[in-house]
Amino acid sequence: MSKGRFGEFGGQYVPETLMNELIRLENAYNHYKNDPEFCAELDDLLKNYAGRPSLLYYAERMTKDLGGAKIYLKREDLNHTGAHKINNCLGQVLLAKKMGKKRVIAETGAGQHGVATATVAALMDMECEVFMGKKDTERQALNVYRMELLGAKVHPVTSGTQVLKDAVNETMREWAGRVDDTHYVLGSVMGPHPFPTMVRDFQSVISKEAREEILRREGKLPDAVLACVGGGSNAIGMFYHFIHDESVRLIGCEAGGKGVETGRHAATMATGTRGIFHGMHSYFCQNEYGQIDEVYSISAGLDYPGIGPEHAYLRDSGRADYVPVTDEEAVQAFEYLAKTEGIICAIESAHAVAQAMKLAPAMRKDQIMIVCLSGRGDKDVASIAKYRGVNINE
Amino acid sequence: MSKIREAFQNGKAFIPFITAGDPTLEDTERFIVTMADCGADLIEIGIPFSDPIAEGIVIQEADIRALASGTTADKVFDMVSRVRKKVSIPLVFMTYLNPVYHYGYEKFFTRCEEAGISGIIIPDLPYEEKAEADGPAAAHGVELISMIAPTSEDRIRMIAKEAGGFIYVVSSMGVTGMRSDITTDLPSMVRAIREVTTIPCAIGFGINTPDQAEKMAGIADGVIVGSAIVKIIERKGSGAAPEIAEYVRKMKDAVLRAAK
Repeated sequence: MSKGRFGEFGGQYVPETLMNELIRLENAYNHYKNDPEFCAELDDLLKNYAGRPSLLYYAERMTKDLGGAKIYLKREDLNHTGAHKINNCLGQVLLAKKMGKKRVIAETGAGQHGVATATVAALMDMECEVFMGKKDTERQALNVYRMELLGAKVHPVTSGTQVLKDAVNETMREWAGRVDDTHYVLGSVMGPHPFPTMVRDFQSVISKEAREEILRREGKLPDAVLACVGGGSNAIGMFYHFIHDESVRLIGCEAGGKGVETGRHAATMATGTRGIFHGMHSYFCQNEYGQIDEVYSISAGLDYPGIGPEHAYLRDSGRADYVPVTDEEAVQAFEYLAKTEGIICAIESAHAVAQAMKLAPAMRKDQIMIVCLSGRGDKDVASIAKYRGVNINE
Repeated sequence: MSKIREAFQNGKAFIPFITAGDPTLEDTERFIVTMADCGADLIEIGIPFSDPIAEGIVIQEADIRALASGTTADKVFDMVSRVRKKVSIPLVFMTYLNPVYHYGYEKFFTRCEEAGISGIIIPDLPYEEKAEADGPAAAHGVELISMIAPTSEDRIRMIAKEAGGFIYVVSSMGVTGMRSDITTDLPSMVRAIREVTTIPCAIGFGINTPDQAEKMAGIADGVIVGSAIVKIIERKGSGAAPEIAEYVRKMKDAVLRAAK
């Protein structure tokens, strides 16, 4: 079994052209993650640029309304650029800079990871090019302009199905053509080793802070921790420091779309089968011949036909549970959180909020849950309005 | 001698690639016969994949056309079994790991053996991961063909030592597709390979003109051409056979000039 495995999942399934670059990246990462100077620089950026630590907010009205477990929200939506994505981008772009790279490239779905990459590239004076499915550039025109404002070049991807998976394909192709001066800032805990491990480490700051703070404030661990899952970066970040706390239930909420029975969803754990794609052995939505499915979700950030290999391992080993949440449930949760707590969260994060709304009433009042609010919802307001039949011009 | 070695007994080898099922499997079957008749020494048959990350736009689109026409691995096996009776040159598959993994390694390579497939090229299966497919492939007489890239450097010896069939020398960075210039130092890559193995080397990625083919055949034992042929099919569809025939003859002549 090769490097970067979580049980049988993970690995390094990429063309030979990229192998030496992945090995260099792994070596550089292993060196710098233990380098006090690098760690101090990254900590400073997380604190003074991204605004960490993010708040652990006690959602009192929501708790009382649902009448069960005490609900805390981990407010990644309050980070600079409005999502957890910045945690990973700061780490990777700083690493790329140390490796002597001059240029970063990234894939993006909804545009959040693209915006975060473009932001950090601007800060660190790196060239930045973002690959985004053409359909997504049309759905998320605002984020395209935002990336351009930040100095990035956005390439609409016209190959394949013109969405996130195609953007990943195209970024891999671009990287294979130019590795010397270029680092691929992969946006989730997916792809070939070392990305699933490295991105997880950069995102694990979420659970590190949450665990310390809940112990300080409540004097005990939470009973459940919830996060939405597409590729799975905010979820692994939210789970990581709780994995060894066996009393803590870990629940990933994936995109159930119009319902798993309709075939119009991105519920990889509920319906996917094992496969090897995008550099990793994991679960994928695919047909009987291993052709990757076109998936669907109201949330462009969860609209991915696979899931990170560590999640596959956590599920199969029984440590974490993954549940599908439909578009309708997510939209209801989006509206509920806005009205109850005055927080407009990302439609991705609303998938976790929806599951929290189902779970909390079934828990005791002395129990605690933490829900990761992975991002803010400004980007989603227009599409939620459209979903509700309200036509607004952005 | 392995079946694949036969392809390199004819001066220098000309190795065309074709995507199975583009535009239909019946057409592919005819095109394979045409190419074999016109001097192809070995043919790479692509099993289409939804997300071919090592391909440029020409072959990506061929995959889309082939999948849209209902091509599946099972139908490709059936087509190969039929065409195998009409051509004697070695045939190899080129596809991505997921369709093979998903079919089941044992079942996939059993069917390869039955259909008369001698080797397989899987671009997203690097040296470090090859063990899982290598055993079942070898058990059914299918050679796993290794790729060596311009970035392989210190990895060349390791890969070449364990390589079977022939070595696919990737001429350029990036993906498949026609290029006007190939700037990699291929002679030194081939020299490094020769230090550890005697199996043949064929150069692919970017080659499309007879001049390029002649030059590349002067460096290695064979030349692989994909996108240029797929492009003819893209333009001519089912009627591509005459143009493919002319192109393959021209390219085989070019590589033979290098053999003299």
